[in-house]
Amino acid sequence: MANPSSYEADALIAEDIDAYLDRHQHKSLLRFITCGSVDDGKSTLIGRLLYDSKMIFEDQLAALEADSKRVGTQGQNIDFALLVDGLAAEREQGITIDVAYRFFATDRRKFIVADTPGHEQYTRNMVTGASTADLAVILVDARKGVLTQTRRHSYLCHLLGIRNIVLAVNKMDLVDYDQQVFDRIRLAYSGFAQSIGITNFTPIPISGFAGDNITAKSANTPWYRGEPLMEILETVPLDADADRAKPFRLPVQWVNRPNLDFRGFSGLIAGGTVKPGDAVRILPSGKTSTVARVVTFDGDLEEGVAGQSVTLTLADEVDCSRGDVIAAAGDPPQAADQFEATIVWMADEEMLPGRSYWLKLGTQTVTANVQQPKYQINVNTMEHTAAKTLELNAIGVANLSTDRPLVFEAYEASRDLGGFILIDKFTNATVAAGMIHFSLRRAQNVHWQATDITREARAAAMRQKPAVLWFTGLSGAGKSTIANLVEKKLARMNRHTFLLDGDNVRHGLNRDLGFTDADRVENIRRVGEVAKLMTDAGLIVVTAFISPFRAEREMVRQMLPEGEFIEVFVDTPLAEAEKRDVKGLYAKARSGQLKNFTGIDSPYEPPEDAEIRIDTTRLSPDEAADRIVDYLLDR
Amino acid sequence: MTASLTHLQRLEAESIHILREVVAETEKPVMLYSIGKDSAVMLHLARKAFYPSPPPFPLLHVDTTWKFRAMYELRDRAAREAGMELLVYQNPEAKERGINPFDHGSLHTDMWKTEGLKQALDLYGFDAAFGGARRDEEKSRAKERIFSFRSANHRWDPKNQRPELWRLYNAKKAKGESIRVFPISNWTELDIWQYIHLENIEIVPLYFAAPRPTVERDGLILMVDDDRFRLKPGEVPVERSVRFRTLGCYPLTGAVESEATTLPQVIQEMLLTTTSERQGRAIDHDQAASMEKKKQEGYF
Repeated sequence: MANPSSYEADALIAEDIDAYLDRHQHKSLLRFITCGSVDDGKSTLIGRLLYDSKMIFEDQLAALEADSKRVGTQGQNIDFALLVDGLAAEREQGITIDVAYRFFATDRRKFIVADTPGHEQYTRNMVTGASTADLAVILVDARKGVLTQTRRHSYLCHLLGIRNIVLAVNKMDLVDYDQQVFDRIRLAYSGFAQSIGITNFTPIPISGFAGDNITAKSANTPWYRGEPLMEILETVPLDADADRAKPFRLPVQWVNRPNLDFRGFSGLIAGGTVKPGDAVRILPSGKTSTVARVVTFDGDLEEGVAGQSVTLTLADEVDCSRGDVIAAAGDPPQAADQFEATIVWMADEEMLPGRSYWLKLGTQTVTANVQQPKYQINVNTMEHTAAKTLELNAIGVANLSTDRPLVFEAYEASRDLGGFILIDKFTNATVAAGMIHFSLRRAQNVHWQATDITREARAAAMRQKPAVLWFTGLSGAGKSTIANLVEKKLARMNRHTFLLDGDNVRHGLNRDLGFTDADRVENIRRVGEVAKLMTDAGLIVVTAFISPFRAEREMVRQMLPEGEFIEVFVDTPLAEAEKRDVKGLYAKARSGQLKNFTGIDSPYEPPEDAEIRIDTTRLSPDEAADRIVDYLLDR
Repeated sequence: MTASLTHLQRLEAESIHILREVVAETEKPVMLYSIGKDSAVMLHLARKAFYPSPPPFPLLHVDTTWKFRAMYELRDRAAREAGMELLVYQNPEAKERGINPFDHGSLHTDMWKTEGLKQALDLYGFDAAFGGARRDEEKSRAKERIFSFRSANHRWDPKNQRPELWRLYNAKKAKGESIRVFPISNWTELDIWQYIHLENIEIVPLYFAAPRPTVERDGLILMVDDDRFRLKPGEVPVERSVRFRTLGCYPLTGAVESEATTLPQVIQEMLLTTTSERQGRAIDHDQAASMEKKKQEGYF
């Protein structure tokens, strides 16, 4: 094969290593993703890129040759795919199961390739790999043309904001380098690409196996006038450079305070440039100041640019901490607490609308609730379908709300301030990725109205400390009975109370809700909000709900000031509750007449650190009520 | 507009970002310091990330007592210069049983390194540990996350790792669980060398060629670093001009014959050489995918 110019570095290494090093210090970095299944020759292509850029050592090559003969799929030839497979289990199965990152370099650039597999976990893995990529190589088998998966890959790359798409029509050697085959595929793809909003792509005929149009233009495709793949990779514009032209944004990661004389704000510049003297605004507070210094270990910078990790000092003593965003004073991002976003679900456990998740965006972590999706997107057909929830690898559009304002930009404008992850509050798993479209107007226009009579004033007028006594336990555990006694005892002491009962609330406020997991979550969210309003009014609220999920009980706890949420676990073993069966519900559930019954075919998650635990097999309802009242008044 | 950031500037910015995220989001981080070139780069990046403060965590060396003498010399000085506390941990059981690389084979690594690391992390209650592993080192590492979660008993579950998107790292964890964080995941061996050259970072002199007393055994050139080295009958140390591409326990680390006495010469040799970095380490040759097994057991 011909040796293109970018591969003539070897001579320089031997002759003048200092000149070589100097040249290589000035390389830029491109991150890209390759999309395609094993059959498209993706691993072979990556193996070929590593091989051709001399990233393979002799011992690896010897192992590769031996492996190729033993388990390879290319007969006696080298099977490049074997270079890039990974974990032992997949080696045996011949599939890759995750995102792997590969590295190679030419004279002009260093490359990081995200390699993602092609089976059912595809969406999750591809979205992960695409999130950091500037360019995508979409592989198509010349013999098969544009397939469903080609469309899926292209859609996901476009969704994640990749602006440079290379359509690599592979295995041209197997169709005799026929231009008509290539043109047919190019045209078919063009129609589809336009329909999903891809305005520009670069088609290229290649053979990863034979090396055509990889590093040099191939003599086998004289009709192809474009550049070889490596040339495209070496010259495509970088997102990092484009980010510099955007308005200045620095999400603050860490406040640097070595001593009383220095207070710096450390972070990676997400967009724009910054110089001493620049006017900045701190979000979400909106306070303004001027940049004093752009500090680094290597000395102060005259100018910091997008992509650099720096520490800023400001001319004024202004409040600023982790999660705040320092931005160009004249062009700051917005803050809002309700958004529309595309959400990619990545967990085995489906999304529960209304449940609280952690949302991390930039350096901000807040609590967020996702509403029922407006629609789900079929990644194979691009059709929108109705959905009540999102399952693993599903993509949907939904509104979400956060417990405090989030400084953000549309994902289109900024990956750093528009891309977020959702984290399950109990398993701590990353369950979803999201991309913000825009904030909802109602969030901008609905403001908190400050009232002159504060909640403290209302509580003082009632001469009591508001609280929520949150009873939880199985159906028939004795929640309502004990809660009723507690309220009576408090009333006798002239306390102002209100009892919210599960069954009663379902007759009115929550009459539209059923007993699916999603409805149970929404039921508790509403009750939590009502309880919160009542504590604002000064009341002692007693609630009696099964409230089976820890996450929702925790959500209500978070809504209230520290110490006002008192969890009362009415601990009655299932067998005992079933034996009592006051309402005859267990019998119905056992006979299948009643679905989604807690303890039978719907889970109950007992509290781990309840303030009060009542063992009803040892305490009478009256004794239990006394204990709870004592706890409340002792606070 | 000025030129694009170079690949090293971007890698540096990414590593600094990771270091800061961990300090902001975990309670008690520590940096595992093995005194090799990757550790040297990681320590340098930590100094940059928190400047003008010193890095707000200690260095931890999980010692096997069998490192090269030159490594111990640099270790203490490097910590002092960075203004960081240095913790040295040696597994007391391994010490008592006299576990050594001559008699105990892979048990040596298991007890001193794998067990020693777990014991040290438990002893001090660290919930995040920075390590200098890179994805280009070995095939199974290509898929390793930057934030790698370990259960309360330090096991790594390859099926249960969190997706990492954009620059977002999820550092949430339950009590007792910990994270291993690899800030230089995306650096290659050449990047490391170039950065050391560019930033003038001090590394152990063993990386440069010098005449050293050596013996050849099972295809490896081993250095006789002290009198604990057990010579076989008839074996006589021979002075060879050698250097090391990777540093570990001296009786387990193979040298290469070399005349490269400067950093550019070392890089030149590396680029012209035809064998990969890990070949000098005995640990990889045990069995196919051995690194992966070690990782599941808690070794880095």
